[in-house]
Amino acid sequence: MNQDIFVVIEHLQGQLPEISYTMLAAARQMAGGSGGQVVGVLLGKDAQNLAENLAADKVLYVDHEALAEFNPDAYLAVLPALIEEKQPRAVLLGSTTIGSDIAGGLSIKSSLPLISQCQQFIVDGSSIKAVSKICGGKIMAETDLPETMALVTMIPGGYAPEEGQAGGATIETVAAPSLDGMRVTLSSYIEPEAADVDLEKEPIVIAVGRGIQTEDNIELAQDLADLLGGVVAGSRPVVDQGWLSTSRLVGKSGKRVKAKLYLTLGISGAPEHVEGVTGSETIIAINSDPAAPIFDIAKYGVNVDLFDLIDPLIDAVSNAKGA
Amino acid sequence: MNIIVIAGLVPDLVEELEIDNGGTALDTTWLRMIINEFDDHAIEQAILLKERDGGHVTVLAIDQEGIDEVLFTAAAKDADRMIKLLGDFEQGVNSHALARVFAEVIKDLEPDLILTGVQAHTNLDGAVGALLASMLDMPYVGYVAGLETTDGKVIAKKEYPGGLIGAMEVTLPAVLGIQASEQPPRYVAVSKVRQAMKTATIEEQDAVAMDPGGGLDVSRMFLPEAAERAEMIEGDEDEIAAKLVELFKEVGAL
Repeated sequence: MNQDIFVVIEHLQGQLPEISYTMLAAARQMAGGSGGQVVGVLLGKDAQNLAENLAADKVLYVDHEALAEFNPDAYLAVLPALIEEKQPRAVLLGSTTIGSDIAGGLSIKSSLPLISQCQQFIVDGSSIKAVSKICGGKIMAETDLPETMALVTMIPGGYAPEEGQAGGATIETVAAPSLDGMRVTLSSYIEPEAADVDLEKEPIVIAVGRGIQTEDNIELAQDLADLLGGVVAGSRPVVDQGWLSTSRLVGKSGKRVKAKLYLTLGISGAPEHVEGVTGSETIIAINSDPAAPIFDIAKYGVNVDLFDLIDPLIDAVSNAKGA
Repeated sequence: MNIIVIAGLVPDLVEELEIDNGGTALDTTWLRMIINEFDDHAIEQAILLKERDGGHVTVLAIDQEGIDEVLFTAAAKDADRMIKLLGDFEQGVNSHALARVFAEVIKDLEPDLILTGVQAHTNLDGAVGALLASMLDMPYVGYVAGLETTDGKVIAKKEYPGGLIGAMEVTLPAVLGIQASEQPPRYVAVSKVRQAMKTATIEEQDAVAMDPGGGLDVSRMFLPEAAERAEMIEGDEDEIAAKLVELFKEVGAL
């Protein structure tokens, strides 16, 4: 084993999500303590250009038709041999719709321990601790990385993605193994339907979570949004209930809001949701749970039952507009 | 189609979570456990598939306080077989150990499709479904929100950021991590669950010995120490509303 840190670079439709850069920034910190290299692992088809902006010492690039788009079966056919051959200290993957699909399989196929949901590493020479955020962001768990190899999936929030961006990495092409007979194939992408709103461009967003309790109560948020000239969005449970359309989903598999004002009503602030809101300027959170993680990222917080507050708030906003 | 659903309980996040005296695990004394909502969606998806294409649905779970209700509720939704695995799960069990326990049982059940929640919020060593798939040498696709079965395959709608869906063709048998079922999990009346308790049977089987290898021990568990916590707005409702109006003006929303 050496002290190199592998980062499995994620890409989707030719774009690199921020988590790829976040992981490179983390890998740089980890490698800094032990003198290892930061090595990007890029799987794709004619995708060398995606390596241009990676702050890595080296990029291992595997080119194959079957790797043109993410395919968990194909990734799991390529990565174990690469890890076995190169013996890095750790392999970082996104705790994402891509990385989480392969982390478990890699752990079993390569017999490597797996730590998931890591937000930050604490590095002291060659000793590395992973700090994970679990239970919807309410609990932190610290795990010592073993001296031997380990896999870690990462969530955003611990590192600035910009720190993972730089040019100049050496690209080393690695031959792909045979990738015939894959049991998973991408048959097509289904683009999101043209929505009535583009949440990513809305300056004022009122977001509702599980705390809104019923579909009918969404009207209250809509009233407030109408008064403020904003739109209503929601977190996962609300969309899964069918109370809001998928185009209104904010978070990991939804939209990333960059609002001037992001006002949350009954949203606890699980990491999957927080991922989609941190680009907003001012977050104001209303939640009845004083320990709700949303208060850790909001600028202003109100710890009350939202149903006690919503009517006085609507009245106050109406009056202010009338004044 | 022979469908297996793996379901389990997780701490209810609405309740306050505390760390035990050892400082490395949740204090389970007052912990209220509820079904992992993604597993609830997996059960719903299995029932939807059965209604649409026919099939047999087995729901598999480890023995936890409260799991019988989950299994009887599944029965009331028309699951055909409920299996509870007995073992020493009181002290908590990691995803690797769980996946091994389930893999051992599933080997003999010859499923076409295994559905489980894409994650549980307590997972610290990956999600059970992804681990299980590799143990059984089956393909795995997670973050699935809707699927269709065709001849020996499924088309799984995999969610990507921004509302993009990848329609993934997956050869069966396979394991899918369910993010959301095509429609919200159905409500079943308490009377129907009670009825199921009288008519349905939960089969009990012994789980194989626990092997947590692949997960790592937590050295410290703690509540988040927010670097910058929100500035809390205090007062009665009217005072809070007035302060919020001022803030809305400050940020240019009014």
